[in-house]
Amino acid sequence: MPLLSLKNISKRFDSTPAVADISLDVERGEFFGLLGPSGCGKTTTLRMIAGLEKPDAGTIEFDGRDITDLPAERRGFGMVFQNYALFPHLNVSENVAFGLRARHRPAAEIKERVKGALELVQLPGYEKRRVDELSGGQQQRVAIARAIAIEPALLLFDEPLSNLDVTLREETRGELRELVGRLGLTAVYVTHDQEEAFALCDRISVMVGGGLLQTGAPRELYEHPAKLAVARFLGRNNLIQVMRLSSSNEGTGEFKTLQGGHTLRVLIQKGELAPLNKPCTLAIRPEHVVLRHAADSLENTIPAEVREINFAGATSTVKLDAGGLLLEALVLQPNAFAVGTRCAAVLPAERISLLKE
Amino acid sequence: MCGTSLTFHHDLRMFWGYAPLVGVAQMSKHPATVGQSRHRTSDGKAAPVSQRRPPVALSPRLILLLIVGVVLLYGVIYPNLHVVLQSLQRDGNWSLQNYREILAQRIVLKAIISSVAISVLTVMFCAGIGIPLAFLFERFTFPARRLFATLAALPLVLPPLVGTVAFIFLCGESGILARVAQSIFHLERAPWSLRGWPALLLFHAYTMYPFFYVLTGAGLSRIDAALAEAGRSLGARRARVLTRIVLPQLTPSLVAAALLTFMTSMASFSAPLLFGGGVRMLTLEIYTARQRGDLTLALTETVILAVISLSALVFFQRYEGTRRFAAAAMKGAAKTRRTIATGSARVVAMAFGVLFSLLLVLPVLTLVVVSFAREGSWTTQTLPPSYTLANYARIFSDSAAREVFLNSLSMSALAAVAALLWSFCVAALIVRKRRRTWHRLLSWLILVPWALPGTVVAVSLAEAYGKPSSLAGSFILVGTFWILPVVYFLRFMPLVVRSVQASMEQVDEALDQAGRSLGARWWQRFFRITLPLVWPGAVAGTLLAFVIALGEYVASVLVFVPSNRPISIAIASELRDFNLGAAAAYGVVLMAIIAVSMMVAGRLERLRS
Repeated sequence: MPLLSLKNISKRFDSTPAVADISLDVERGEFFGLLGPSGCGKTTTLRMIAGLEKPDAGTIEFDGRDITDLPAERRGFGMVFQNYALFPHLNVSENVAFGLRARHRPAAEIKERVKGALELVQLPGYEKRRVDELSGGQQQRVAIARAIAIEPALLLFDEPLSNLDVTLREETRGELRELVGRLGLTAVYVTHDQEEAFALCDRISVMVGGGLLQTGAPRELYEHPAKLAVARFLGRNNLIQVMRLSSSNEGTGEFKTLQGGHTLRVLIQKGELAPLNKPCTLAIRPEHVVLRHAADSLENTIPAEVREINFAGATSTVKLDAGGLLLEALVLQPNAFAVGTRCAAVLPAERISLLKE
Repeated sequence: MCGTSLTFHHDLRMFWGYAPLVGVAQMSKHPATVGQSRHRTSDGKAAPVSQRRPPVALSPRLILLLIVGVVLLYGVIYPNLHVVLQSLQRDGNWSLQNYREILAQRIVLKAIISSVAISVLTVMFCAGIGIPLAFLFERFTFPARRLFATLAALPLVLPPLVGTVAFIFLCGESGILARVAQSIFHLERAPWSLRGWPALLLFHAYTMYPFFYVLTGAGLSRIDAALAEAGRSLGARRARVLTRIVLPQLTPSLVAAALLTFMTSMASFSAPLLFGGGVRMLTLEIYTARQRGDLTLALTETVILAVISLSALVFFQRYEGTRRFAAAAMKGAAKTRRTIATGSARVVAMAFGVLFSLLLVLPVLTLVVVSFAREGSWTTQTLPPSYTLANYARIFSDSAAREVFLNSLSMSALAAVAALLWSFCVAALIVRKRRRTWHRLLSWLILVPWALPGTVVAVSLAEAYGKPSSLAGSFILVGTFWILPVVYFLRFMPLVVRSVQASMEQVDEALDQAGRSLGARWWQRFFRITLPLVWPGAVAGTLLAFVIALGEYVASVLVFVPSNRPISIAIASELRDFNLGAAAAYGVVLMAIIAVSMMVAGRLERLRS
């Protein structure tokens, strides 16, 4: 049985739908991500889980009980806010102790737990510091300590790392993952940063425009996006407009590209063959496009001309024109190719995903 | 001093600029984030997990709504409605006869016209002084700029009656300036008389230009300097940048200042009373009509004055609403003040500053000098010839005089504390809630007693609670101690509501939500999160309401009870008895109390930021 379960949740603000009929399950001990562009409704979803918003329709169940109408203060979920929301008039230990005081725990226990929580986030000895004296990273740790001090049944994160600079963000990310795993907590993590979500989460739901598009492990989402919007949102993708050929069958589908008229073979799973006579979209990552100097007899090899090479450090992006079909390929050694020369692009069949609209 | 001057400014901006008009700063700070502002009352359905939850009969929200509703019903809606309905009755029948008769009288028509005309002229004069001054202080830096900048806002906290008295001592026919002129030019008689239109306009300009000065300054400091730089980089000259970029963004501030000035001028009472001469102002007409016992006339004129004031409010707000700028740019360029460095310009700026602040301080200085003058000794000399502490000794030793201070202090304190408590009720209801129609209605009703001239508030309250009625029952307020505290509360609670509301809005909403997620109930969140964060601002606002109530005259003179006369009434009666020194001494003590309170308020403001 899942620990947290959202069933057909909807939420509107005035006339704007923010979240439209979403359902998802979070398993016990899982680090679950909600990933999407800004304004997609992921924070609203998190706030409904926290109890800070009430869904217009649908139910939220926790541990088998309906908590839809339970106020936030009775849910016992720890939440880490985007701007940390540390109480500016309280010092570090008073901040961490806040939830315990609200529960009227004995003073000795509070002291013990505050100390423990601050050690967990590697801020021992910071008890008496004012929160505005701390750096962003330290404030972040205090916010996490405050949330875990109440021994939350569920830990909620609302883009907690977005206010940190890049190096600190990556460092904190690792520590956060390790901490949540060590405490055996279940976490729901909202972010718009796909890299962050991939690094942290066991499973991710991609949200766009208030709806859940796809849920799965990071690799699965990245390599086999099921929908066009997911493919567009998760990193760079070559999106190829195609028509299915009648020669296709289960297992391998054959498609003709609308631009360039090349024939591509694609592995099709579970009978999800696209309809005939209707354009559909194939996706392949730039790093999966293999460039060769001369065409050979390998399948899905397309002759192309190098249009542009963009150097970006470790890798370079090579832009290709294959008879009107524009492709991007990620290569390690851009020197092997020059603008204007001819080459061949290989699109391995197992790397191509057939997308649904 | 520097810190105090800054926060002092901040205070004035905060309190005089009230919510709907000067909401630009707030708006940019708190973008209406969709989906962040739903506060759930604790009267939700019983949830399966909450075993310990007691059944709630009356939700806290409902109780708050009840308190706020009752106060507004009895304090604002009923008295004003009562006056309007009374004015529409003649011998028990509904008729417009009162209005027809009054408007047919040339005198009343003239009063309306001169009230509006003086107010319009006042707005123009004040704009002419206040706007350039704000530019000077915001855009340039020169020695002692901060001191002058603070002094320039001084007339705002001067009680109108005290200001009027000081003006008479300074500029009156037998005032110090007239005597100086007489002795220099060897004149037989005073070279001018402080009477009529010029006197009124001079006094209004002196006391009300700070609205323009303070609000324009606030507006200027809010404008992102990068916008002007962008204009310059696009090839616009200085003048073009001013007219096309800076002034349009200042419009909300200027409109707010114009409105405040217009309304204050419409409500002006002490000046027309003491040196208006033949100029008829509506406030004065209402007062004299009531003194004569012509209640119908007073009531009808009250309604006319109220209608003009509220129309001005609506008119200005409409206009202002079309011109709002949310600050789009987040990362502003640092605002740089140009230093006036060259020798001559620096001297001119300094000289101007010294001269100007001297002009501003002169009335206050005069008051202090007169307060030490020996009674009866000052006859034809330029300055009082002999000085004494007798005036102060008298007002502090005389038990009746001591009582006057106690009366004012206790009544103002009562009103201010009540306003503070009530403001928290209001703020809990409207802060950060989604804008609903009834929220707007609530904000409007709260604004009404502040927007109405004090004369109107006092008259409507006196009429509504002067005799037993259906709504108030046999409850009679007039003639009791309570009438003045109630009037003060009603008139100045909007200031407190405003400051509590602003303080609450500045508290990051996520803090309360963090409290909720940590398991704190509403009372725990209120006492442990909200209150510690908002009390400096709230108390500063309360102090301001307190000091204004302390010097209140306009409404007090209409409804005070002889057994508890406030300070302002004592000043007026000393003046009537030609005890000039005593009147001045009262004024000086009043100003001292105000200065101390404002300093405390400034400290509190600093605490908050």
